[in-house]
Amino acid sequence: MDFSSIDPVILIASLIVASTPILLAATGELIVEKSGVLNLGVEGMMIIGAISGFIVCVELNSPLLGLIGAALGGGLLSIVFGIVTQVLRANQVASGLALTMFGLGLASLLGHSYTGIKPPYLSTPDIPFFSEIPILGKMLFQHDFVVYFSIISVCLVWYFFRATRFGLIIKAIGENQDSAHALGYNVIATRILTIFIGGCFAGLAGGYLSLVRVPQWTEGMTAGAGWIALALVVFSSWKPLRLFVGAYIFGGFTILQLNLQAIGIELSVALLSMTPYIVTIIALVIISSGKKQGGSSTPGSLGKVFMEAQ
Amino acid sequence: MKKIINFFLTLSGILLLGSGLFAADLKVGFVYVGPPGDFGWTYQHDQGRKAVEKAFGDRVETTFAENVPEGADAERVMTQMALSGHDMIFATSFGYMDPVMNVAAKFPNVKFEHATGYKRADNVSTYSARFYEGRSVIGHIAGKMTKSNVVGYIASFPIPEVVRGINAAYLAAKAANPNVKFKIVWVFTWFDPAKEADAANALIDQGADVLMAHTDSPSPLTVAEERGVFAFGQASDMLQFGPNARLGSIIDDWDPYYIARVQAALDGTWESTDTWDGLAPGMAALGGFHEKIPMDVRAEAMNLAIAIAGGRTHSFTGPINRQDGSAWLAEGETADDGTLLGMNFYVEGIEGDIPQ
Repeated sequence: MDFSSIDPVILIASLIVASTPILLAATGELIVEKSGVLNLGVEGMMIIGAISGFIVCVELNSPLLGLIGAALGGGLLSIVFGIVTQVLRANQVASGLALTMFGLGLASLLGHSYTGIKPPYLSTPDIPFFSEIPILGKMLFQHDFVVYFSIISVCLVWYFFRATRFGLIIKAIGENQDSAHALGYNVIATRILTIFIGGCFAGLAGGYLSLVRVPQWTEGMTAGAGWIALALVVFSSWKPLRLFVGAYIFGGFTILQLNLQAIGIELSVALLSMTPYIVTIIALVIISSGKKQGGSSTPGSLGKVFMEAQ
Repeated sequence: MKKIINFFLTLSGILLLGSGLFAADLKVGFVYVGPPGDFGWTYQHDQGRKAVEKAFGDRVETTFAENVPEGADAERVMTQMALSGHDMIFATSFGYMDPVMNVAAKFPNVKFEHATGYKRADNVSTYSARFYEGRSVIGHIAGKMTKSNVVGYIASFPIPEVVRGINAAYLAAKAANPNVKFKIVWVFTWFDPAKEADAANALIDQGADVLMAHTDSPSPLTVAEERGVFAFGQASDMLQFGPNARLGSIIDDWDPYYIARVQAALDGTWESTDTWDGLAPGMAALGGFHEKIPMDVRAEAMNLAIAIAGGRTHSFTGPINRQDGSAWLAEGETADDGTLLGMNFYVEGIEGDIPQ
């Protein structure tokens, strides 16, 4: 066993790549849940994003357009959920689960003729000066732009819910839909908007999988990443910065345990492969158990059907 | 009133008769652990299902359930199949073993075929391919082609099937290149392209320049292609996923077996059997070799394959010690199937432990 053969620079660079899809999907779901909607269809929207992004990328030969197509694909599917739960007032849990099954099925149908094709690679932007810093440069500044987008968007979401008027309105709708409605805010329209944005994030996360991280289309390739994103939102108590930490811990331990196995560490492999789940949960529970918390930070109207008062 | 009842009784009688006339002679269900579009393990089983449909036409109706988790869900799916009139069920993953035994006990008239397992009953057959024979051949190629002398191996679950493959590949690679080392990563999944890709990247970061995989998706091969190292097709040929990286492949060919078993069921000659076929009958087949492999290595690999298929040599021929140094096979002795089927130890020279 030789720990020195794990190059921390490569390790951190690859853990960032591994964390990005979960971080994106979880950020989107956080926005949705802040507005009081529980969309369990993240997995379905991710896989639709993965295939629609792949199709656009291959057909137009442009990874950038592919990623936009991925986001729109996820967004379009989420609109179905939005209409069913907000306009037709169906149960959100059941609709979300149905969305996942529908997405998985539709994706394998769409992807039938796209297996075994290699997508054009997404080039990494050249960041002058920073990318040339000896160690940090390779670790942090030689990634594709989706990585930066995911990090910036988490920070923006944090700022958005903390300091902008519209962010506070969304929060109000999520905390108490009836009061927000009484104040004159359009609950349904706002929620459809957040559902769509959440869908775009999930779709982009899927596109990142099929275009960058794997890169290929395989049926069912999200393999549960959407469910991990959902769990992360809960364990981070709906706080964007904790979400960021959680996603990176999860991605980090996923990569680290594989590397530890490869160098032949004297630790039970079964234990090692559990670490991403255990460490993430423990870490998030610890940072969420601060004194200031008191009670749950679950949005008050999460998952409740909104009925306009007569 | 009585006339009306009679009319409906007659009508339903005719309908029953009609459905009996038009129904297929045999209804066959397939249970898959992944999606048929995985281009690996499940894909090959689904090819076998299609071959059955093609061979028997209207006489046989096939259905399949994909992405069935190993465990209680599998039992539910197979019970559902048995209840909905299936005469024969192919359960195509190791982890379906106990569910198969449970469901088979409840439905003695349904014939079960379980892939890669070892439990049988009057209505449960098992079948598997000697993939390890193919692994010897690609192990030889891996040993010859590695420059860094590090071969990365992505393993799924610590079951005898996978351990046997690692041992066979290692022994052949070691014989071809005494300096070779295996780095093994267990991913605890059959199908998770992202995780398989991460494992492939981790192994390449740790110096591996030839990858072998015992998981179901082509993503390790895609990563190898991208990073400029070599890998092999697993379960299916997979050439299209790594035109520069794929040195060779082991292909599972279930078509002849599936057709033969369905034929036996139709003829009424089906009985519980245990089939373990290798390179010779072609249940485990080899894909084409890459032109980057030097001619002499290709010839050696071919000769090895022919020798194994012809029974002139065996993937496990002594002297072989276990990992702890204790003797397993004496000079010239070959492994018996019992030991191979329950293989739970590494051979001497492999580093690390098998997860328990």
